[in-house]
Amino acid sequence: MVALVAIVAVLLIVISAVQTLKIAELWAINKGKVIYEVTQKQNKVQALLMLVFLVAYFAFFAWQVWKWGDLMLPVSASEHGVVTDRLLNITYAFIIPVFVITHIFLFWFAYKYAYNPNRKATFFSHSNKLELVWTIIPSIALTVLILFGLSSWNEIMTPVDSEKEHVLIEVQAQQFSWSARYAGADGKLGRAGVEFIEGVNAMGVDIKDKNSKDDKIVRGEIHLPVGIPVQFVFRSIDVIHSAYMPHFRAQMNCVPGVKTQFNFVPTITTEEMKKITNNEDFNYILLCNKICGAAHYNMQMDIIVESKEDYEKWLAEQKQFAEN
Amino acid sequence: MSATHHHHEEQDFLFKYIFSQDHKMISKQFLITGFLMGFIGMVMSTLFRLQLGFPGESFWAIDFFLGSWAENGVMAPDKYLALVTMHGTIMVFFLLTAGLSGTFSNLLIPLQIGARDMASGFLNMLSYWFFFVSSVIMLISLGVEGGAASAGWTIYPPLSALPQAIPGSGLGMTLWLVAMAIFIASSLLGSLNYIVTILNLRTKGMTMTRLPLTIWAFLVTAILGVLSFPVLLSAALLLIFDRSFGTSFYLSDIYIGGQVLEHSGGSPILFEHLFWFLGHPEVYIVLLPALGITSEIVSTMSRKPIFGYRAMVTSILAIAFLSVIVWGHHMFVTGMNPFLGAVFTFTTLLIAIPSAVKVFNYITTLWKGNIIFSPAMLFSIGLVSTFISGGVTGLILGDSALDINIHDTYFVVGHFHIVMGLSAIFGMFAGVYHWFPKMFGRMMNNTLGFFHFWITIVCAYGVFFPMHFLGLAGVPRRYYTNSEFPLFENMIDINELVTWFAIVAAFAQLLFVFNFFYSALRGPRSSQNPWRANSLEWTAPVEHIHGNWPGEIPEVHRWAYDYSKVDENGEYISGEDFISQVVPLGPNEKDGGH
Ligand code: HEM
Ligand SMILES: [Cu+2]
Ligand SMILES: [Cu+2]
Repeated sequence: MVALVAIVAVLLIVISAVQTLKIAELWAINKGKVIYEVTQKQNKVQALLMLVFLVAYFAFFAWQVWKWGDLMLPVSASEHGVVTDRLLNITYAFIIPVFVITHIFLFWFAYKYAYNPNRKATFFSHSNKLELVWTIIPSIALTVLILFGLSSWNEIMTPVDSEKEHVLIEVQAQQFSWSARYAGADGKLGRAGVEFIEGVNAMGVDIKDKNSKDDKIVRGEIHLPVGIPVQFVFRSIDVIHSAYMPHFRAQMNCVPGVKTQFNFVPTITTEEMKKITNNEDFNYILLCNKICGAAHYNMQMDIIVESKEDYEKWLAEQKQFAEN
Repeated sequence: MSATHHHHEEQDFLFKYIFSQDHKMISKQFLITGFLMGFIGMVMSTLFRLQLGFPGESFWAIDFFLGSWAENGVMAPDKYLALVTMHGTIMVFFLLTAGLSGTFSNLLIPLQIGARDMASGFLNMLSYWFFFVSSVIMLISLGVEGGAASAGWTIYPPLSALPQAIPGSGLGMTLWLVAMAIFIASSLLGSLNYIVTILNLRTKGMTMTRLPLTIWAFLVTAILGVLSFPVLLSAALLLIFDRSFGTSFYLSDIYIGGQVLEHSGGSPILFEHLFWFLGHPEVYIVLLPALGITSEIVSTMSRKPIFGYRAMVTSILAIAFLSVIVWGHHMFVTGMNPFLGAVFTFTTLLIAIPSAVKVFNYITTLWKGNIIFSPAMLFSIGLVSTFISGGVTGLILGDSALDINIHDTYFVVGHFHIVMGLSAIFGMFAGVYHWFPKMFGRMMNNTLGFFHFWITIVCAYGVFFPMHFLGLAGVPRRYYTNSEFPLFENMIDINELVTWFAIVAAFAQLLFVFNFFYSALRGPRSSQNPWRANSLEWTAPVEHIHGNWPGEIPEVHRWAYDYSKVDENGEYISGEDFISQVVPLGPNEKDGGH
């Protein structure tokens, strides 16, 4: 009932507004010359609004940057993230001027060339020179962006050299939680698959595989040593999830039936980041970023980046798979 | 087609209004059905914006509209996803594919190329009725056990394949797939008809290079649809097999609900490839008609030829060609081979070139024009703005190295709503305001149109611009609420602001709805050529007659853009600032803007 009353009320408001407008319009038509179904007066007002909008739009943009700029992600906490952040800034340096300049032309021309009965529009239908110019300039700019982008991309996607010192972690997603498995002293992850899932063995690790024995399974949080490459392997046991670690500029889908990988070098410890962000409660997180079910919005795990010594101490405290 | 012999036949009501085979009537049917679906999609978005702006708070509107989906006026998390899924599906396919193409291809193709009707009126009618049935099934799916499909409009398996994973993947998903299969049939019938009509039924003198840009856009859109929709159909069929007949195209190694499933050997990634092989061209299926419509309007209302006609046609073709080889940019972080990712980055960024050419050509058309700000013109200028604003952020998303960190965040939501959603909807509004006199023989109210435009563009940017900031702060999309993460605590202000803008935007659309229906019934009668435009549709009488022109179909002698053409003395050649396409060329006149 309330709903009905509200709807009727809204309709009434709209209708009365319309009636008022109609009267205003009739009045305007009587006053001004009608050109192409629009009165000259209306046309002038609209032209002016073009300028007003231009200014307001830029002001809104600036206001947002000023107001929300600090809410954006802090400096990248991974090595490659610094590079991609720089690429992002270069891209901004290209697209923001394009955005601003084209908008100025668009709305300024609209304002300036509003209908004037004493003027004729210029019959200007094409110019090969102009069109060549604005094909070539974007092409050059794009070439730069593409080259820079692709070289970073290739570097980021190359797995860690297995000879080098690194940490190997398998992250497993399921509705709606994460678990992780560290490779242990042998540096190798044992076999795993959904067919081995049973009771406490929620990650489905194959007990018979000798590489499994020293693997370490953790839930709730993972620890990473600062400055050492971390090689992640991702799995999912039900639907697609995505492991998103925004502070490290890292993301990879977790796909059932397929193993995916990503790697990065953490560069800033959690403690340091607390200072940088001026936030005592700061914590790195890993969150799910692919629609995966009702509780998709709450599928998270903490990440703690610490010195190598602290990391090793923590890892030593974790139980080996064989002990379970 | 021998439409002429129908000419004097008495048509009873049923065949005139319901099972009409007349393109003008079918166009109106598409428009009304599309808008109705769009309105429902918009109400959905307002409801889930309420939840996002004021998470967990109770609202009578949510209670009223959602009933059992929302206990005590708070929507359930899985129903939030159902709403987002249906909103996306409805907006992309029902409003902006069928609604937009269906309306304007049908209305304008025969009228602008000089044909009595579509090549096959019967298939055309079928196309509408398939669309109608598909809409009804999609709406019915909202009410079934378990709720509507909830796996996102992209319906990635396994989520969409397993009812154990989310309730909406039960009957709701089945109906979604059935509805989409019928929808695709509708789209194919329509597209084939458009293509054949444009290629075969042009009137004398209407060469391809004299076609208005609208027609070029519709032609290329239809070709894209014919190439890509069947792939979606096969993706959907395989999904139906996996869901109902135990096959494993997309499924493998799954443990859910306490048991291991039998499926093995499939890959969800295969589905993603098939889906996006349609999904990306779909963006342009939505966008190109809007670009065609606004090119026409910008030229007419600037009283100037469209700048760079050939470049505009070439860029439509280039965009369409590139659009079928970029689908992988939606899959950079699926674990695809990095080399493949590099190729897709390359092709994706290339699209920026023809897009930039289009923007510059629009702007140059305004330059030194004599601009009349009809509501249609306002929305066309608005489209250029949204096409730029949303287009530039595509350079960030298309760059694989950058996409890693913003993929699936609100940055994406901001980007695609502006570049695809707003541009297409602005194009659609522009088209309705401009061709309303052609459809209904009456004029829409300008003042209401002005208010509609300004409130809409302000609120639209108010809704979608801040979303980029959310995304850059790492906020994922398809989240029921952001309040589970301390990291996103400060985002609540942004979300609230966005929701307020969304509410005002939604109410502003009532201005349009009112204007539309009021003007259709009571608006002032229009003259035959209210905008003083060159193209052929304005040579047809205001009253709709079967066969479009009472006598012979007019012959075409020039392109559609001879606005403000002057002779050596600087006087208008025709005495007026426009020359209809049916006027023969003068002795010293050259065609095509030379
Ligand atoms: C009233 C204006 C609109 C508002 C307030 C609105 C708002 C939203 C929001 C908040 C989302 C959820 C994003 C997420 O969680 O991922 C969304 C999704 C979406 N919207 Fe809109 N939208 C509007 C109009 C449109 C239009 C015109 C289109 C047409 C292209 C559109 C297409 C989509 C699509 C495709 C999705 C993605 C659905 C999915 O994630 O499965 N929306 N919209
Ligand atoms: Cu998840
Ligand atoms: Cu795409």
